Amino acid sequence: MEAASVPARTTRTASLDAARRLVSHYGLIAVLMILPVAYGIHDLRVDGDLSRLGENLKDGVSNGAIWALVAIGYTLVYGIIELINFAHGEVFMLGSFVSFSFWSALGLTLASKGAGLLFGLLLTLIVAMVACGGLNVMIERVAYRPLRNAPKLAPLITAVGFSFILQNVGLEWLGGSQRGVDDLIKAQNDLFTIGGVHITHADVLAVAVTVPLVALLAWFVTRTRLGKAMRATAQDPEAARLMGVNVDTTISLTFLIGGMMAGAAGLIYALYQTTIWFFQGFQAGLIAFTAAVMGGIGNIQGAVLGGLIIGCIQQISDNRIGGEWTPAIVFAYLVLIMVFKPQGLLGEETREAG
Amino acid sequence: MSSAAATWRGLGDRIRELPRPVVWAIGAAVLVLLILLPFAYQPASGFIDDCVTALAYVVMALGLNIVVGFAGLLDLGYVAFYAIGAYVIGWYGSGFFAAIAGGKGLHVWAESAGALPGIHFNFLIVLVVAAVYAALAGMIIGLPTLRLRGDYIAIVTLAFGEITRVFAINGADIHPFGKDYPLTLGRQGITPIDPIDLPFVKQFDPLNLRPWYWFALAMVLVVLFVNFRLRDSRLGRAWIALREDEVAAASMGVPLVKTKLKAYATGAAFGGMSGAFLASYLNTVNADQFEFSFSIFVLAMIILGGLGSIWGVVLGAVALSFINSRLIPDVLNGVPHKVGLNFDLTELSFGIFGFLLVIMMVLRPEGLLPERRRQIELTEGVGGDETLYEARA
Repeated sequence: MEAASVPARTTRTASLDAARRLVSHYGLIAVLMILPVAYGIHDLRVDGDLSRLGENLKDGVSNGAIWALVAIGYTLVYGIIELINFAHGEVFMLGSFVSFSFWSALGLTLASKGAGLLFGLLLTLIVAMVACGGLNVMIERVAYRPLRNAPKLAPLITAVGFSFILQNVGLEWLGGSQRGVDDLIKAQNDLFTIGGVHITHADVLAVAVTVPLVALLAWFVTRTRLGKAMRATAQDPEAARLMGVNVDTTISLTFLIGGMMAGAAGLIYALYQTTIWFFQGFQAGLIAFTAAVMGGIGNIQGAVLGGLIIGCIQQISDNRIGGEWTPAIVFAYLVLIMVFKPQGLLGEETREAG
Repeated sequence: MSSAAATWRGLGDRIRELPRPVVWAIGAAVLVLLILLPFAYQPASGFIDDCVTALAYVVMALGLNIVVGFAGLLDLGYVAFYAIGAYVIGWYGSGFFAAIAGGKGLHVWAESAGALPGIHFNFLIVLVVAAVYAALAGMIIGLPTLRLRGDYIAIVTLAFGEITRVFAINGADIHPFGKDYPLTLGRQGITPIDPIDLPFVKQFDPLNLRPWYWFALAMVLVVLFVNFRLRDSRLGRAWIALREDEVAAASMGVPLVKTKLKAYATGAAFGGMSGAFLASYLNTVNADQFEFSFSIFVLAMIILGGLGSIWGVVLGAVALSFINSRLIPDVLNGVPHKVGLNFDLTELSFGIFGFLLVIMMVLRPEGLLPERRRQIELTEGVGGDETLYEARA
């Protein structure tokens, strides 16, 4: 897989190449702008202002923050061992379950207010992150590490196997139907309004948890020794090993971080949507993975950007076209991106895409 | 490597070393046994039912094996071809388009359909149409992946599989040919579907499963034959060359685009045929049958059996489909919805299924009956680019 250039390229003429470069640079951005611009014009003509589109985009960003956190887990793991971690969506789902069970155990209810609520939720966040991080590390130990030298598809199957197991765990835990949870933060109440767009408690929560976490992660990956080891392992595991990086520890660390992000996302999701169920991880996993690919797999900023974009596409589609078509639209975007720009928005050409 | 696994491998090698007539004789004996198998059971027994499903899955797994096992193109959206095959018989072999020809129906070699409204083609025609439609869809899905490699192909095919499912669910609201002709019936499902109606044979009866079994067995034999012939043909060697090293294959004169598209089309055609058969057998075409987990299910069969190894894939498909039909009775009818309904012991089986997948893969990652070429690569370390990476723990 080392040779990345496609031989057909040599036969193309220069002008075609130039056209392709143009499409690959700007085509994707143009494609992404279609929906918002079209509905923006529509809103201006029908409503006279952009508040409805603004509302959609605001919902998109706060939902997208959840997908971004999940997508980070995919992108980190893929970047380092080139595995689509199918169990990751389920880790996110269990993050929601752990959060709900933990805050119930703490005694947080609709009546909780102020400092008590804040402290309780912070504690829940930490517990969910630690639990999911630990779970992810355990999955790597049991299901992926023994298969490092196996055919490439073997760990994919264990990933799927684990995702089934975890779904079953979720099913036995809280039952098969959607479970409503206490609306602890009064998610849909307005906090304030800007330009006709209502900012709710849930929006603030999503952003307030995601931004510090992502910032912390970015600092960790770019500034610390362990982060450097992660990047080195992602680039070339063997060379990293030769340079004295403990590759196994680094991979475990990657899974730990990915799982922690998923745990945080699980808590936000539970507070935001106020319903959780054992199957939520499946759809979330697909969406988040799409986000990771859209941003450029292996790239943390890309995953965040991809998550936000997917969130916006989803909200616009839910609100305007109909929720039943949303998956098709999200995946149609994914295919377009793969065609125009396989390396994603911020990604570089990898061993796989080229 | 455990001693049990070593015995397995030794068995495979010993069979290969036997003189050809002996192998043929064993094969013929096994075939006769398989043909006679239904007489040992009641005509409508659950076991025969499981066998028919297993055989249909074998056809699908062999189809997917061409794409993933031979050509090395990881396809996570194989369920799309199942859906297309199923909808072909939904359109051309049921009363779904009741308004056609002024309600009198359109019949082509389908005597037993009588004067029923809707389009009723003979099943063999439906089978061909299903294969052609699926092959076309396979090529369309393949086109955007031509420039991509590895897991990126997986993502695009996954996306197409999900898009197909969304269209299947919402198809009742899409009327491409006028308001009496929706695309699908969504979750409600198109039912009943014409049972198989062959020339010179009585129409298949849902209560007598033996003819279904024999038909499925015949399909498996045909597909097996095609698989072996293809694998040893120029095209098959081109697929394997492509899988081993795309750049090297291209520089040796393998036409990448054509070869890849042929792999997609062939694999999809088998999926379509099996889909049409299954739809007729299950007597319904329901959008909930086309979940992503089905793609994974078929993929698990071929990986479990041994990627690229035809007998391995057959074994994997039979094994998984029996595990599935015994442990998870409702996987076809939409895993989440059915499993989610109430609590009983069968719910645990889904986790057991996952557990089995993990255990089997950890113990034997190359599959139950690995392809010889891969086995040599893995055991002797020739050409190691299939591993995640070489650095060993």
